[in-house]
Amino acid sequence: IVFFSLEMQLVQVLQKLFDDYVKTTSQRLKIIDAYMFYILLTGIVQFVYCVLVGTFPFNAFLAGFISTVASFILAACLRMQVNEENKDEFNGISPERAFADFLFAHAVLHLVVVNFLG
Amino acid sequence: FQMVVKLGKPTKKEKFLLLLALAGACCLAFIIRLFSVLRFETMIHEYDPYFNYRSTEMMVENGVFSFHNWFDEKSWYPLGRGVGSSVYPGLMWTAGSIYHFLRAFQFKVDVRQVCVFIGPIFSAFSVLATYALTWEVSKGNNGAALFASVFIALVPGYISRSVAGSYDNESIAIFCMILTFALWLRAIRTGSMAAATTAALAYLYMVAAWGGYIFITNLIPLHVLGLILTGRFTHRAYVAYSTYYVIGTLLSMQISFVNFKPTESADHMPALGIFGLIQLITFYNYLKPMVTSEGLRQIIVGGVLGSIGLVLGGAIVTGKIGALSGRLAFFFNSKGAIPIIASVAEHQGTSLAHYYYDLHLLLLLFPLGVYRCFTDLHEGTLFAMMYGITTLYFTRIMVRIVLVLAPAMCVLGGLALSGHYYAFLPNLSAPEEKETSTIEKKKKEIKKAAAEGGYPFKRELAAIAAFIPILVVGSFVSHSIYMAREHYSDPTIVLRAGNGKLYDDFREAYKWISENTEENAKVLSWWDYGYHLSSMANRTVFVDGNTWNNTHISRVGQILASDEKTSYEMMRELDVNYVLVIFGGKIGYPGDDINKFIWMIRIAGSTPTGAHITQKQYMTNYGEYRIDSRAPKKMRNSLMYKMCYHRFGQLMTHPRAPLGYDLSQNQEVGDKDIQFEHLEEAYTTENWIVRVYRVKPPANKFSGK
Repeated sequence: IVFFSLEMQLVQVLQKLFDDYVKTTSQRLKIIDAYMFYILLTGIVQFVYCVLVGTFPFNAFLAGFISTVASFILAACLRMQVNEENKDEFNGISPERAFADFLFAHAVLHLVVVNFLG
Repeated sequence: FQMVVKLGKPTKKEKFLLLLALAGACCLAFIIRLFSVLRFETMIHEYDPYFNYRSTEMMVENGVFSFHNWFDEKSWYPLGRGVGSSVYPGLMWTAGSIYHFLRAFQFKVDVRQVCVFIGPIFSAFSVLATYALTWEVSKGNNGAALFASVFIALVPGYISRSVAGSYDNESIAIFCMILTFALWLRAIRTGSMAAATTAALAYLYMVAAWGGYIFITNLIPLHVLGLILTGRFTHRAYVAYSTYYVIGTLLSMQISFVNFKPTESADHMPALGIFGLIQLITFYNYLKPMVTSEGLRQIIVGGVLGSIGLVLGGAIVTGKIGALSGRLAFFFNSKGAIPIIASVAEHQGTSLAHYYYDLHLLLLLFPLGVYRCFTDLHEGTLFAMMYGITTLYFTRIMVRIVLVLAPAMCVLGGLALSGHYYAFLPNLSAPEEKETSTIEKKKKEIKKAAAEGGYPFKRELAAIAAFIPILVVGSFVSHSIYMAREHYSDPTIVLRAGNGKLYDDFREAYKWISENTEENAKVLSWWDYGYHLSSMANRTVFVDGNTWNNTHISRVGQILASDEKTSYEMMRELDVNYVLVIFGGKIGYPGDDINKFIWMIRIAGSTPTGAHITQKQYMTNYGEYRIDSRAPKKMRNSLMYKMCYHRFGQLMTHPRAPLGYDLSQNQEVGDKDIQFEHLEEAYTTENWIVRVYRVKPPANKFSGK
């Protein structure tokens, strides 16, 4: 019974969390979050496929999977740098500069991914 | 006693002086490494560089792709070696690019010239990289950076592996390493994804260049862990490490030799572990202001951590993640190493004298540098300390790590010396001590000065303090020049005796082999000489310095350690045509095969087919290793002994010694009349250093006798 009530509380907490999130985050950040969620889905799909079908060719799996992980990470970093709350930490990096860095990192990332796909 | 440095932006004049000093340091770094080119010709030194040279020649002639797909049938006969997937190509790419670049401008250089001078050129680049690194570590202190770059130009520990002619991975790898570190610190300081990506690209260059990249792979996560534990883990650090790790690891897997190691081997797991950890920490920090309920938050966090732990534990238990590789395991348990790893000269521990010879003044400045890092602790100084201390720890186990320690020492030494000057130089313009006639008044003044928290005679002490480092650094410079000139400029392949006499027997023998043996002849020797034979004699060899197959090397050891009949059978099995030994008994060369023989015996006995060979059988009853009449039968019948001492019993090596006196063992040889049944002597060089024997085909069964 204790466990069940804990679960109910968990659901309530998560519900409250989601409502707070929708209210407090700006539009810009929500777009990036939606993009991150989509990347996460593609990563999960690839991983499940690998678990079901096997790891051959391993380099292709790694290339695809790391591509999703890296895209997720880079989006997370972009979100951090664009978020106004962090402006003092990232002094010298305007949102435009952050986006330019994001593009550069993605260019390098996809060049390597294409090379690794084999 | 203030040690905090107040910095301002450098003026135009200061910038010019800085540039001049840096250019001078680069020239100094280049020139001090040229002693061997002045004394000998522009030739490649030592053992491993010959393999790198042969590979570069191959790449330059046949193109990059045929190099990466190269399968070498002329080494490790009959197995062959897939060179493209078992080599770190960075060195060959670099030399090849420089060669083609110069050729494009119609400078018709030879590949050998490029290979010989790569060490000096890249040490000049290291000077610039160390300047950048120390600038990052000290947050813009140009003085410290300049001191550090002058130190790295001269430190003997680095000169030893980057001298002209030393065409080995370390000569460019140290530059790549310092560059990666400098760019990493820049990434943490700015928190920009582009800076982290450039750090990842520098990491790729490092992975391509040297197997020691694993040190960077683990030091940078360790640094991040240090930041977490000291409460300095900011969003910038998250951006820097996440971007660097993901892009850097993907880049590192492009090198064929590294392949999938970052996902499988335990050497690479800390980097992945820290990556996961910072994701969890950042997500936790993101959730913290939004979730109010304490207990439930803890449950969520605990659940996530617990499941991660289960996954990791399961992976290790089921064996998906392998154990530490042989070389790294050696760092943590040097007693339990297999003989082939324990026998390498570079893998011995470092003696205290060696620290002094390689680092000199920096040993004194190192603790002061660490102290300065503590007084001004931020991401850069934390990194410098971790780099210095971890490398210092590992040099106790393996002497070649002193090379990796040298840049850390230079950075910290630069900080120390700069701190010293910043503490004392401002006092040079302190107000003059007033002239007082009575002793009492002087005593009062000293008391007053002490009460203010300073000390008396500021100007005089400052002058002395400014002058002494000049003397000390001067002695460091002269020590470095001495070390470079006397100890680190020998090509190893040409021996230089104490009285200046040169012995070029190695090259004499290899040239003889290349001219007087059949094209497809196969030469058996100990693995040290394999690269030389492949490159200079251009013949098929059985084992070489790559030492990738311990069983094959053990087989060669068994051949050399067994008696002639048994060896002959094994040699016929392997299809050996010639056997080569190095013998230093005539001139007293201490690095010959008889000196290494005990290691050959140990390695021969380390596999199942050779388990009957133990080192005790080759020693006297008292446990001595001797080659005179007291040596046991097993020793005197071994192929190595017979090949070294054949005809030696009639040779006079020293006017006051009996015939057949081995000058490197300092004993008189036991068997003065050695005969062979299946081998015949093909060639012995002028000073008996290299001895080549031909393996005779089996005698006809019915010879009429």
